[in-house]
Amino acid sequence: MVDALQQLLQGVFGPVFPLVWTLLKIVLIIAPLLLGVAYLTFWERKVIGWMQVRIGPNRVGPWGLIQPIADGVKLLMKEIVIPSGASKGIFLIAPMFAFAPALAAWAVIPFNDTMVLANVNASLLYIMAVTSVGVYGIILAGWSSNSKYAFLGGMRSAAQMISYEVAMGLALVVVLMVSNSLNLGDIVKAQGRGMFADNGLGFLSWNWLPLLPMFVVYLISIVAETNRAPFDMAEGESEIVGFHVEYSGMAFAVFFLAEYANMILVSTLTAVLFLGGWLSPVGFLPDSIFWLFVKIAAVLFFFLWIRATFPRYRYDQIMRLGWKVFIPVCLIWLTVVGCWMMSPWNIWK
Amino acid sequence: MEFKTFVFYFFAAIMVFAALRVITARNPVQAALFLVLTFVSASGIWMLLQAEFLAIALVLVYVGAVMVLFLFVVMMLDINLDRVREGFWSYLPLGAIVALLMVAEMGLVLGGNYFDLFENKVPQAAADATNVMSVARLMYTDYVYPVELASVILLVGIVAAVVLTMRDRRKTKAVDPATQVIVKAKDRMRVLQMPSEKQG
Repeated sequence: MVDALQQLLQGVFGPVFPLVWTLLKIVLIIAPLLLGVAYLTFWERKVIGWMQVRIGPNRVGPWGLIQPIADGVKLLMKEIVIPSGASKGIFLIAPMFAFAPALAAWAVIPFNDTMVLANVNASLLYIMAVTSVGVYGIILAGWSSNSKYAFLGGMRSAAQMISYEVAMGLALVVVLMVSNSLNLGDIVKAQGRGMFADNGLGFLSWNWLPLLPMFVVYLISIVAETNRAPFDMAEGESEIVGFHVEYSGMAFAVFFLAEYANMILVSTLTAVLFLGGWLSPVGFLPDSIFWLFVKIAAVLFFFLWIRATFPRYRYDQIMRLGWKVFIPVCLIWLTVVGCWMMSPWNIWK
Repeated sequence: MEFKTFVFYFFAAIMVFAALRVITARNPVQAALFLVLTFVSASGIWMLLQAEFLAIALVLVYVGAVMVLFLFVVMMLDINLDRVREGFWSYLPLGAIVALLMVAEMGLVLGGNYFDLFENKVPQAAADATNVMSVARLMYTDYVYPVELASVILLVGIVAAVVLTMRDRRKTKAVDPATQVIVKAKDRMRVLQMPSEKQG
């Protein structure tokens, strides 16, 4: 069917066909992603509701299923207020700066053996570079609002994101050391080899087990990196105002979308780097994209779960955890894995 | 015109424009943002040269980390632009000499191949290896001592920065996490029994 469609489009568009085909693939990634973002907000409210013995949204549509669409329409209808004295251009560009990297990073995510938009050699580096641009949305929003609260909030969350990026980067260095590649597809394939995978217990061969300390560091760092509870210093819905106090309507909604799109992105990265991507956990079931989605959903649930479970960290505790705990742990484990790989007990040949 | 040439001129034009705006923008934050745009365009041009590792590293290090810290500082400065511009003409001759010297030095380095200045040529990368692999192999074989030296210098820089900020540590009210964790309810709160004053 795909071949038939390809031929049909080739006939219609002729020389610009590759462009049209790529655009089509981009739409095929972005559209489900945005739908996922919308329903992640809904799922979050439901899950936290259940955990707190409430019902959660249930008024709009059957079981409240239309709720995210109603929220979206509400935000679209609202006015975008631009504060007086704000730097208008930057004020309007900042939400896009926050949102665009979360979408651009999907270009190199492999969904299975062959399904990837751009199969580039340095895809892990590309992801790190693109996601590091997202912090601009936050500082620019804080600065351009011409408000002290927004500015301080922006500084706070930007400092937090930069700190945890270091620990995250070091954890990724260990992953690429054992996979011997920067290509995300190859990293997944490297996890399908090993003693356990040969005996049909694939899930014990994935990176999470031999690199357990890095997995824990990465899992906590991504929560801090996306400014989610218990590290939600950026804005704590009812208590702390953050970098987007002055934003309203759709401009605010774009920040909101960016946060959830980033959550889905980092969950996908966790699934690809540590949980074996599309690989099946046991030998008798086939590898498929289905497993990738299951793993992403599991990590996303972890995000919601800890939000309902833990109280908020104090700011100096966040900084201490990032700089004085995670970075030394990463540096030591980096050396340990390096020695391990050089020793006769190397399991990543 | 070939498409690749078009892409090159596209990036080059943006880069030159952004670089000019860095020194002409009135607002220092806008100047810093134009510097970011310059870096991104430069990375695009490097990508055309198939130096993808350098291109991505430029975005990762300079755009993602260095310029963010730069913006932090610039945003918190309270700059009076008129005061800054006051001495423009008196500093111009000195500035022009420094600028000319820098242009000459950059020309010599960048045109080194053309003027035949380099004693040993930069080794060519193996055709089959990826960009990252060839850079890594050169860094840890042929250039291992310069790399180690550079990293030691950077480490000294880090330690120096930490020491400079830690000089008057006495003023900060940092708490020791160990003592916080070990605390029990008994240490902070005493429950007293009191007979009630009022009868009935």
